[in-house]
Amino acid sequence: MSKVSMTVNGKTVEREVEDRMLLVEFLREELNLTGTHVGCDTSQCGACVVHVDGKAVKSCTQLAVQASGCEVVTIEGLATGGDLHPMQAAFKENHGLQCGFCTPGMIMTAVDLVNRVGAGNLDEKTIRENLEGNICRCTGYHNIVRSIEAGAKAMA
Amino acid sequence: MYATNYHRASSVEEAVNLLKSGDDAKFVSGGQTLIPTMKQRLAAPSDLVDLRHIDAMKGISIDGVQVTIGAATTHAEVASSAELAGVCAAICSLAAHIGDPAVRHMGTIGGSVANNDPAADYPAAVLGLDAQVRTSKRTIDAADFFNGMFDTALEEDEVITAITFQAPEKAAYVKYPNPASRYAMCGVFAARLKDGSVRVAITGAGNDGVFRHTEMEEALAADWSPAAIASCSVDEGDMLSDIHGDSAYRANLVRVIAKRAVEAAA
Repeated sequence: MSKVSMTVNGKTVEREVEDRMLLVEFLREELNLTGTHVGCDTSQCGACVVHVDGKAVKSCTQLAVQASGCEVVTIEGLATGGDLHPMQAAFKENHGLQCGFCTPGMIMTAVDLVNRVGAGNLDEKTIRENLEGNICRCTGYHNIVRSIEAGAKAMA
Repeated sequence: MYATNYHRASSVEEAVNLLKSGDDAKFVSGGQTLIPTMKQRLAAPSDLVDLRHIDAMKGISIDGVQVTIGAATTHAEVASSAELAGVCAAICSLAAHIGDPAVRHMGTIGGSVANNDPAADYPAAVLGLDAQVRTSKRTIDAADFFNGMFDTALEEDEVITAITFQAPEKAAYVKYPNPASRYAMCGVFAARLKDGSVRVAITGAGNDGVFRHTEMEEALAADWSPAAIASCSVDEGDMLSDIHGDSAYRANLVRVIAKRAVEAAA
């Protein structure tokens, strides 16, 4: 067991957990932040993507103790008050989801992409390349790409 | 995942001591291979020694043509280093196409090289750049480092601290990724080094991990062109053969991708 302390969506949290606990388990089971999903559990699907110290990572492929001391942002941390984050709003507007299971990871990946590359540099090819680690089994990706294009413009 | 004990090291010396104090301890860097392997219960280290908080193992430094990349430097950092791109764009491009963005934010060059996965990208760069692997004990030439699939010259309590190399005169890395996993079915790092010698290092295709193709190297030393290696032979008996491609397919792929790498580095 180890004491794990981190900032999650702006709040400091501290728990005593098993060293083998994954970050995604910590978020979902200890903090009840169930917006972060477990899709494949084999590091491929990206449904569990969160931001750790400002960078998109797969929370199923990192131990909670590894993230101790870090700043974590999950899908629950994007909206301000009752207002959706521009990327969330863009997914809603552009029908960027069907079943919605992959959506939290898609949006966290998209926000990270815009932060890294800049809204002005996002062409369709760049967006598609950067969705390499996020799998959607419903949409065929077209509307996800459109959502990210729109979300990026709204974030600028 | 079986139970494990996590330790965070703040120096190389502390990391080595922590490793020695565990029954079956392992170093973890980005963990993008080790954590999934532990989740599948294919690995069950008693202890994990985290290397990502050792400042001496981080960052990229360039002194003239001499390049040093700290072992705990992530793929994303290598991919986005403008200074490194100025002297060896090939390694930046290689790093930019490992896994996916989230994996690149965690995975490190040291972890990739130490694991020596037969389909990993970095071993081709290390061999292709005639790099040196700096460890907690010594400096190992690339030629002496890779010992076949998942096997290296590293001792159990030895940790890679940095990869160093001289910027090449020209170089390129081209890979043919598996359409599903995106791991290299064949990746070729072709380089002409500053001393005029040529390296052609191939990953993903060989049945014993990364290897050099000396016949192609000799042909390219005389004439750096795709045509120069078009008739080079690739021994099918040395190739991997699996559901993704049999050995004849991979042998052909080596020639095709090598030509593309030479073209890209022209």
